[in-house]
Amino acid sequence: MNKLQKSFFNLVGLACMSVLSVAAVPGPLAHASDSLYDALGGTTGIEKLVEELLFNVAEDRRIRHHFMDIDVVRLHEKLSEQICELAGGPCTYTGDDMVKSHTGMDVTRSDFNALVEGLQLAMDDLNISISAQNRLLALLAPMHDEIVGR
Amino acid sequence: MKIKQIVMTSALLAFLPWGAEAAEGRLLATGGATTTEGAAGGGLVPWAVISGYTEDDEMGGTVALTRAQVDDYRLDVTAASFSYKNRFEISVAAQQFTLENLGAELRQQVFGVKYRVAGDLIYTAMPQVSVGALYKRNTRYDIPELVGSQRENDWEAYIAASKVWLAGPFDRSWLANVTVRATRANQFGLLGFGGDLNNNYDVRFEAAAGVFLNRSLAVGLEYRQKPNNLSFAREDDAMSAFIAWFPSKRVALVGAFLDLGSIAGAENQTGYYLNLQASF
Repeated sequence: MNKLQKSFFNLVGLACMSVLSVAAVPGPLAHASDSLYDALGGTTGIEKLVEELLFNVAEDRRIRHHFMDIDVVRLHEKLSEQICELAGGPCTYTGDDMVKSHTGMDVTRSDFNALVEGLQLAMDDLNISISAQNRLLALLAPMHDEIVGR
Repeated sequence: MKIKQIVMTSALLAFLPWGAEAAEGRLLATGGATTTEGAAGGGLVPWAVISGYTEDDEMGGTVALTRAQVDDYRLDVTAASFSYKNRFEISVAAQQFTLENLGAELRQQVFGVKYRVAGDLIYTAMPQVSVGALYKRNTRYDIPELVGSQRENDWEAYIAASKVWLAGPFDRSWLANVTVRATRANQFGLLGFGGDLNNNYDVRFEAAAGVFLNRSLAVGLEYRQKPNNLSFAREDDAMSAFIAWFPSKRVALVGAFLDLGSIAGAENQTGYYLNLQASF
């Protein structure tokens, strides 16, 4: 190994070590990479996810009737806010509570499951990891009782 | 039996393309597989889940074929179930148990009902709880009677609790089930009910646990405690390690390693288990 190669390897080694040490430092950077918000692609990723979800819903004969006469742009905004907040992102949900927003809609248990499936397909299409998918679903599942049968 | 299997297989295949007509109100895999006794569950243990994908006012059901092959015995089962809402299930299973060394066979029919009494598998903090009953009937009773069985037909009752955690350890979805069964069955009822050692109902514990690697693929374990009623041969508990694949709501495939212990004097009966289920 000549001198040039040696110094090159030293340089690469140094670079690797500094990357590793940055990654090992606990703090906002390390914490953020663990958050569901980031796993969903941040605000942009979540807005894209909700968009995909609403496209899936619009094509789903089982539940599209629930979304016929509503302001889809507002729904997209509120749902994105809600998921962003739930996922630990820097957003505040400004919409109505789940009971109020679903009262009179007569959402059935099948409808709720159909929406879950629309979300699962959207997450698949955006290559969101199984871990992140499960974490988001676990955050949304407790809303079942506030949404169904209102 | 041959004709019955051909009919069942045809029915199974005929239901596959019926996607648009089938019950689909529940999430993938929430109807479980078909047990050897016809009720929805794993393979050895009936779970609290209701068969198929029926939710709200839907009607549906399943048809299934099962083969279990251990060292000296083979079990073939054809089974079907009907379910209404996510509430009620009736099932029927025809079992043929071949004693390969003797060239003999045992036959049993199992009729089942199951009713979900409380909870939801996924959406409630409490587990889904169901109660069920099985009526089992030996249609060939020569061998069971010979080895000391006290009756050729009998009832069993069970209560089961099942729960899914969507994001459990490793952010995977996990399932756990506990079933308690009152039974007098010898070797699942294939050797009749009650015996010279014990002729009363025993309360037996059964359990299952599994993890979904993704939405359509799960691996897990089952354990089933069994009575020990006959003096002619010791009876062991049964266990399995399974992998279950749900490519769609129409079809499910389960493969397992089985350990049935000692059966009628033949020790260490291990082997494989295969189950194909169609839902509609």
